[in-house]
Amino acid sequence: MANRLVELMFALTPLSLATVGGGQSSLPGIQRQVVTIHHWMTSQQFVDAYAISRMSPGPSSLLVTLIGWRVAGSAGAVVATLSIFIPTALLVLTLAGVWSRHRGARWQTALETGLRPIAAGLIIAAGYVLIRGMAGGWPTRLITIVTTGILLKSRVTPLLLLGGGMLLCIAFYELGFIPGK
Amino acid sequence: MRRSRPASAPTLLTLFAAFAHVSLTSFGGGMSGWMLREFVTHRRWLDEEEFLNALSISQALPGVNVANIAIWVGYRLMGFPGAVIGLLGIVAPGAVAVILIAGGFSMIAPYKLTPIVLMGAAAASIALSLTIGITAVRRVQRKVVPLFLMTATFVAVGILRWSTLWVMAILGAVSITVAYRDAGKDTPNG
Repeated sequence: MANRLVELMFALTPLSLATVGGGQSSLPGIQRQVVTIHHWMTSQQFVDAYAISRMSPGPSSLLVTLIGWRVAGSAGAVVATLSIFIPTALLVLTLAGVWSRHRGARWQTALETGLRPIAAGLIIAAGYVLIRGMAGGWPTRLITIVTTGILLKSRVTPLLLLGGGMLLCIAFYELGFIPGK
Repeated sequence: MRRSRPASAPTLLTLFAAFAHVSLTSFGGGMSGWMLREFVTHRRWLDEEEFLNALSISQALPGVNVANIAIWVGYRLMGFPGAVIGLLGIVAPGAVAVILIAGGFSMIAPYKLTPIVLMGAAAASIALSLTIGITAVRRVQRKVVPLFLMTATFVAVGILRWSTLWVMAILGAVSITVAYRDAGKDTPNG
């Protein structure tokens, strides 16, 4: 058990510092640690955990809380959450003062514009990894595409879209397009 | 600029309540907008400029943006204890909620529709991720090098499943170096 907690910490702490341009960018790395390296979850269980984390209020990175909970109970939930939030918290406390004193410096522009393509690549990789792990075949992919289109065109509340996705999926299932388990 | 604050000075308890309120009323992202409302408009603990400054720092530094804002705003208002309370207020309520929701799903797991419902939720929530990705791609400069580095990052991490840390260390260093050189070209005396 203690061993599991240490493994969780070592798996997640480095990824905390690799979170650039928002929480989504660390997702492919977290999936790789949890599914490919440690086999704590299957890729489909990972997608389910992701879905549950998006139904919940709060930052989307609370996915790691759920992973920690599945891997090592409540202690795991606490360790996983701290591992993802504490390293960058310390970094912010150390660097935020320096950062605001040198606003507009050349190295800041370089860091901001330089990390942008990397973050974009990582976030698209997150979407790709999740789609690969998603069950249900073409009907669920269709739901993803339609929902993405709606989100890009309008400002619908995400909860409404999650509900819509659930209902559509039930409809596809009842029509026999998605095989039962 | 004249400041019309504070309506009432923050205490650790009201600070926690304010962050918890933002955390529990936001779903699927967009939290920084809620924070502006809570801290600038409603409680008047910060003026808008201070908040936007905190926002830009939070986006530039590594980490989850909303957690970074909470830490920095908490620190500015009440020092180190404020930073701890800020992080706790943003993270703890959601962490409890996510486990309760997961527990609820385990309870209804035997029903045959449960996996279908979860599948539908997954399909829609992946769209949230894709939308963030598309927005991020749109913000990348339309130049050969950044577009190449973006594609290389996607292929290395998404398709080849290489370590995020290594890919970031190598491609990130190249990208920042190129951006540094370009920033020098745009402003010769910068």
